[in-house]
Amino acid sequence: MNQFIEWISQPWPWYVAGPMIGLTVPALLILGNKTFGISSSLRHVCAACVPAGIPFFTYDWKKEIWNLLFVLGTAIGGFIAMNFLANPETIVISEATQADLTALGITNFTDLMPVEIFNWDSLFTGKGILFFLIGGFLVGFGTRYAGGCTSGHAIMGISSLQWPSLVATIFFMIGGFLMTHVLLEPLMKLVGF
Amino acid sequence: MDPMADTHCVAPNSSQTQDKGLALLKYVIIGIVFGIVFVKAEIISWFRIQEMFRLQSFHMYGVIGSAIVTGIISIQLIKRLNIKSIHGETINIPTKVFKKGQVIGGFIFGLGWAITGACPGPLFAQIGSGYTVILVTLVAALAGTWVYGKFENQLPN
Repeated sequence: MNQFIEWISQPWPWYVAGPMIGLTVPALLILGNKTFGISSSLRHVCAACVPAGIPFFTYDWKKEIWNLLFVLGTAIGGFIAMNFLANPETIVISEATQADLTALGITNFTDLMPVEIFNWDSLFTGKGILFFLIGGFLVGFGTRYAGGCTSGHAIMGISSLQWPSLVATIFFMIGGFLMTHVLLEPLMKLVGF
Repeated sequence: MDPMADTHCVAPNSSQTQDKGLALLKYVIIGIVFGIVFVKAEIISWFRIQEMFRLQSFHMYGVIGSAIVTGIISIQLIKRLNIKSIHGETINIPTKVFKKGQVIGGFIFGLGWAITGACPGPLFAQIGSGYTVILVTLVAALAGTWVYGKFENQLPN
């Protein structure tokens, strides 16, 4: 048992993680005739909490409660993995990425997230505004405008061979490349890096 | 409004059988497995997303690529073998209609993805793993979703 825990605590390679994520697609289809997608959960929360008479949020969200339970499970899974299956070693980040990020002012590479950004002390600073508020807003607005995120389009959509999802995925990547290579440096300077 | 008739809803519900009570637990369990994979393969890591967009590691491309291949094979098997859901329903995969939103919205999401280092799935897994400040990112994402819904009709689509 101890050996099993030790083995499972190593970081999982892509060829284990990818197929497991891919199997979510048939699991949801067969167990409930449900289409895989995560960003819809954000819409359902809006519909449940602040519909404000907006037609986009006026529908029977209770029929979609499975989607909210799925993301609740995702959070519980994160808790289980971090508390019972955590990797005792520090994360191994590519040296090239470390060099690029060091140039941007990131100094701590020991955790899954750069702790100098993702902590509560950043909240009311420029860092918090950029990384939590602006970043989060763009994710929520963009996914809904696009009609899906990495799961709904890149995985579910492309898996069912739907070209609009391929287009969406290409533009996810274009946005990400532009932010990483062009906009991130000036934005980080602006917030004090 | 019937969400099934709504093309904006990317996770529409084709099920005619409404799961109730304990039957709903299966979605929590699938979510738990999904969340564990996200943490264990370090998909929730901001650094991994930076590596991906800087083309300095194959990891995330391998994850997404092999997930898609698995998805394609699964869906082809379901279609060709005419596999039914456990409730005996014919499995339905709604058609995605092309709209400008996939280009403009997709691009906007990409900008955000490279900042937060997380698409919506990992956001939930990050919160569960103890990065509680990501709750703020989640609230901001909810605000973004709400603002989209509010101005949906004024945006090019």
